[in-house]
Amino acid sequence: MNLYSLAFYFLAFITIASAVVVVFSRNLVYAAYSLMFTLLSISGLYVLLTADFIAIVQIMVYVGGILILLLFGIMLTQEQTRVKVKVNYLYIGITMLVIGLLGAVLYNYIPFVTNDFSNINYKNIPNAVVPGTSTIKQIGSSLLNQYVLIFEVLGMLLLIVLVAATTIGRKEK
Amino acid sequence: MENIGLNHFLFVSSVLFILGLAAIILRKNAIMVLMGVELVLNSANINFVAYSRFLGLGISGHINTLIVIVLAAAEAAIGLAIVLNLYRLNQNINVDEFEELKN
Repeated sequence: MNLYSLAFYFLAFITIASAVVVVFSRNLVYAAYSLMFTLLSISGLYVLLTADFIAIVQIMVYVGGILILLLFGIMLTQEQTRVKVKVNYLYIGITMLVIGLLGAVLYNYIPFVTNDFSNINYKNIPNAVVPGTSTIKQIGSSLLNQYVLIFEVLGMLLLIVLVAATTIGRKEK
Repeated sequence: MENIGLNHFLFVSSVLFILGLAAIILRKNAIMVLMGVELVLNSANINFVAYSRFLGLGISGHINTLIVIVLAAAEAAIGLAIVLNLYRLNQNINVDEFEELKN
């Protein structure tokens, strides 16, 4: 077992174990902190997949932004008099049925994908992700050439979200 | 022990997807439903990057992942604003007790 597979199994274990805690924990704050471990180990998986820029964006946006937003939401919506922020479950039977069926379908699908990629010639693919090189230059140039329209649309979307969130969150007069 | 390939990453992302779906269906609290949505989006991102790495599909998988991350941030901001409004209306955020958006 080499170092790569050791790192993969370690990160995969942390990802899945902390995601299980997110789903089944009865304490909302524990669930939010456990989501932080899930997101950080997913960022480690991105590093294993040679996606360095995506890993950094994952830490900055998810852990630094979305998770803090969710924690603010938890703190603002729980009653201050109760010490324990406990929650209940809904529809346990339906949930187990759905995730069991979906898990069976996904588990049957996975082995059909081949696991042998030694014959890929990276020279023939435009903008290929060559393992061992940085992807920042490629991502920057393709965002401003090939994907410039969707880049601008995302900027407009963020502006609209900013206005909409302040409008929705404002107190009604 | 075989080498780590595409199947291993697909397995991790499948388990994450199922857990996120379970959180969406199972949890009563609206913020926990938002966390389940984040788990589902993250599993899709792992699939994008893994296919981009192992099938040699180029940098477009990374661009897709960036777009999904931006959409997740937008969704979390709007979702939190709606949840705070609902909390102001009827003092809890259990998703099974909402019957009206405005009283």
